[in-house]
Amino acid sequence: MKKEYTLTIFTENKIGLLHRITVIFTRRKLNIESLNTSESEIRGIYRFTIVVTVTESMVQTLVKQIEKQIGILKAFYHTLEEIVYQEIALYKVPTHAFADGNEVEKLIRNHNARILRIEPEYIIVEKTGHKEETQQLFRDLEQFGILQFARSGRIALTKQIKEITAYLKELEMQQDET
Amino acid sequence: MQTKTDARKAGKQETIERISGAEALMRALIIEGVDTIFGYIGGAIMPVYDALMNYEDKVRHVMVRHEQGAMHAAQAYARIKRRPGVVFTTSGPGATNTVTGLADAMLDSTPLVVITGQVGAAMLGTDAFQETDVVSVSMPLTKWNYQITCADEIPEVLAKAFFYANSGRPGPVVIDITKNAQFDEVDFDYKKISRVSSYVAKPRPDIADIDKAADLINAAKSPLVLVGQGVAISGAQEEFKTFVEKAGLPVASTLLGLSAFPSNHALFTGMLGMHGNYAPNINTNKCDVLIAIGMRFDDRVTGNLETYAKQAKIIHIEIDPSEVDKNVKTDVAIVSDAKQALELLTPKVKNNSHEDWLKSFAKLHEVEYEKVIRKDIHPTKGMMHMGEVINRVSEKTKGEALIVTDVGQHQMASARYYQFNKKDSLITSGGLGTMGFGIPAGMGAAIAKPDRPIFVFVGDGGFQMTVQELGTLAQYHLPVKIILLNNNYLGMVRQWQELFFDGRYASTELVNPDFLKIAEGFGVPGKQISDREALDSTLDELLNVEGPFLLEVKVQKMGNIFPMIPAGATVSDMRLE
Ligand SMILES: Cc1ncc(C[n+]2csc(CCOP(=O)(O)OP(=O)(O)O)c2C)c(N)n1
Ligand SMILES: [Mg+2]
Repeated sequence: MKKEYTLTIFTENKIGLLHRITVIFTRRKLNIESLNTSESEIRGIYRFTIVVTVTESMVQTLVKQIEKQIGILKAFYHTLEEIVYQEIALYKVPTHAFADGNEVEKLIRNHNARILRIEPEYIIVEKTGHKEETQQLFRDLEQFGILQFARSGRIALTKQIKEITAYLKELEMQQDET
Repeated sequence: MQTKTDARKAGKQETIERISGAEALMRALIIEGVDTIFGYIGGAIMPVYDALMNYEDKVRHVMVRHEQGAMHAAQAYARIKRRPGVVFTTSGPGATNTVTGLADAMLDSTPLVVITGQVGAAMLGTDAFQETDVVSVSMPLTKWNYQITCADEIPEVLAKAFFYANSGRPGPVVIDITKNAQFDEVDFDYKKISRVSSYVAKPRPDIADIDKAADLINAAKSPLVLVGQGVAISGAQEEFKTFVEKAGLPVASTLLGLSAFPSNHALFTGMLGMHGNYAPNINTNKCDVLIAIGMRFDDRVTGNLETYAKQAKIIHIEIDPSEVDKNVKTDVAIVSDAKQALELLTPKVKNNSHEDWLKSFAKLHEVEYEKVIRKDIHPTKGMMHMGEVINRVSEKTKGEALIVTDVGQHQMASARYYQFNKKDSLITSGGLGTMGFGIPAGMGAAIAKPDRPIFVFVGDGGFQMTVQELGTLAQYHLPVKIILLNNNYLGMVRQWQELFFDGRYASTELVNPDFLKIAEGFGVPGKQISDREALDSTLDELLNVEGPFLLEVKVQKMGNIFPMIPAGATVSDMRLE
């Protein structure tokens, strides 16, 4: 059965690693639903967060094939219950939508969104949340005309207590000199 | 010219020299023990070739006729020497001509360090003359690749290249070096690498898994061991033999596993897979414990996974964790180098024999012999069969020659009918099935092992894919005996057309040239035979030839390779005719 999985991948910052990772998905014609990368809590170690919908045995294979690439330190996969995650969305709406009554204002308040910028022609609204939430605001704003919309990839932290530093130590211990 | 190692040996103080990138590259190769380079020159690699001239006393450069030839030669060389094969090419077309060899080496776990020249760093990304994005092109075909854009990077990157290529599960590495990095100077200070913290080259097996595996083996009534190339790569042939002899385990081999265990051993039951032997395939679906060592359950071995060895407990000893549970779910996985695992496992298995179970293999083999083998190796009328030629070569060389093959029916016939009694005796393209592999691989084999008799079995199709390397064979007078099994067809594909496409022979009949004239033009002597009576004496002649030789044997046009498991069928549904 297919399910949504969030992959967390720790890498050394090496040019080309992103390509090596994405090739593993494209080879099997799998759609990467979202991808984000940033430096992790350890300087020089990068964290990739990838969302895919596949079977569990497929995600296991993917994680192993990713982890095998040189420059990848560790890769994990998680279900939604195992992570705390967030996405951010930006919406550009025409300013005149706000002029007629207070409906838009109410929407923004109810959605816990906030206004980043007000210009005579447009207003930029920001909302963080899960995809369903940012999507709901999108639907609610649609009637007022959305000029632009963008949503970030998912970022996620895991609930597990064992942190990456512990895994990196294990990695050191695991090998013999060749 | 003095290298650092010389200086050290002479007890002199080490001084860090400032030398060109090209010179640094050459010294790095020498420190890594490289004695042979296969390559082809061009604009973007000229500084390296210029530096190479300074080291001709230490390194032999084999100038091939096409970069694909350099790749396959280096592959064979690497597989025999068990250290990275080295290739030099120029940028652009030189580099793209390596693609097939990279793919082949990647699938067959062959260590290579391929050095490609590249346009100057300032011109990268501008569509400069002979610029191709080699790093992107080779990304999915390499274990690691890297572009060097400044000379300072050369020592460290080369050290990594050699370490990655030949440690863990071996594989090809591409190092793309921009022209400026070849010209510029670097303080040459080279340190070999034997460990990189983020990379587990030698995973340590878990003792609990070893114990579980031993328990399963000790309780097994009908165990079967599958030997793959991993056993040869880890140099565990002896350990493997001790292990199976102690526990009395029948052995079946993958195509690339052949010669890791002697074909004439009482426990050897034959080759697995699509055109393998009947007994091990049928018994795969009868055994109670399947012990796979250094192999990856390729689909040519397993057929339909849904019906593959479902009754058996599976033990998988494999160095690459991503192969574990990829195709076949295991009961016990030992992620380890084969040698290390076997050294731990053998003391824990009981002395045993499985006489009745072994007899069941012999019985099935009898069936295959009557239905297939006898007709293949001892036909009495009609044109010659591939099997009889290979069988005669096997007898005459006592199964001790080094066999190189191309891809097709003759490849399967070679695997089936040559008796591999000596280790490291088969070089063939397994995972990629690359036609054109044979002749250049024979070349690499002859350079790696000039003292062993080397036979290349090739088809009339594949021969024409890398025929230009006859020129290299002649130039270096390499002792490669090419046996061209000419059936006038792309035989393997024709067989599929006969069996699965109603005998509609679309584009498989060949209009062939005069092969002997071609060889002669390249300076390679040859002979053609079509009569069975001539086979014996001709092979005797061939055995005594020095240098390259082409023997063209006209064989039956419509011969088929049986037994066969049709693609996607169940192993135990192997067809005998
Ligand atoms: C480069 C390449 N192209 C196509 C194929 C598909 N193919 C596999 S076997 C084969 C026929 C080989 O014919 P030949 O070399 O005459 O050998 P035979 O099977 O007749 O012994 C072909 C076309 C391949 N394996 N490699
Ligand atoms: Mg043919």
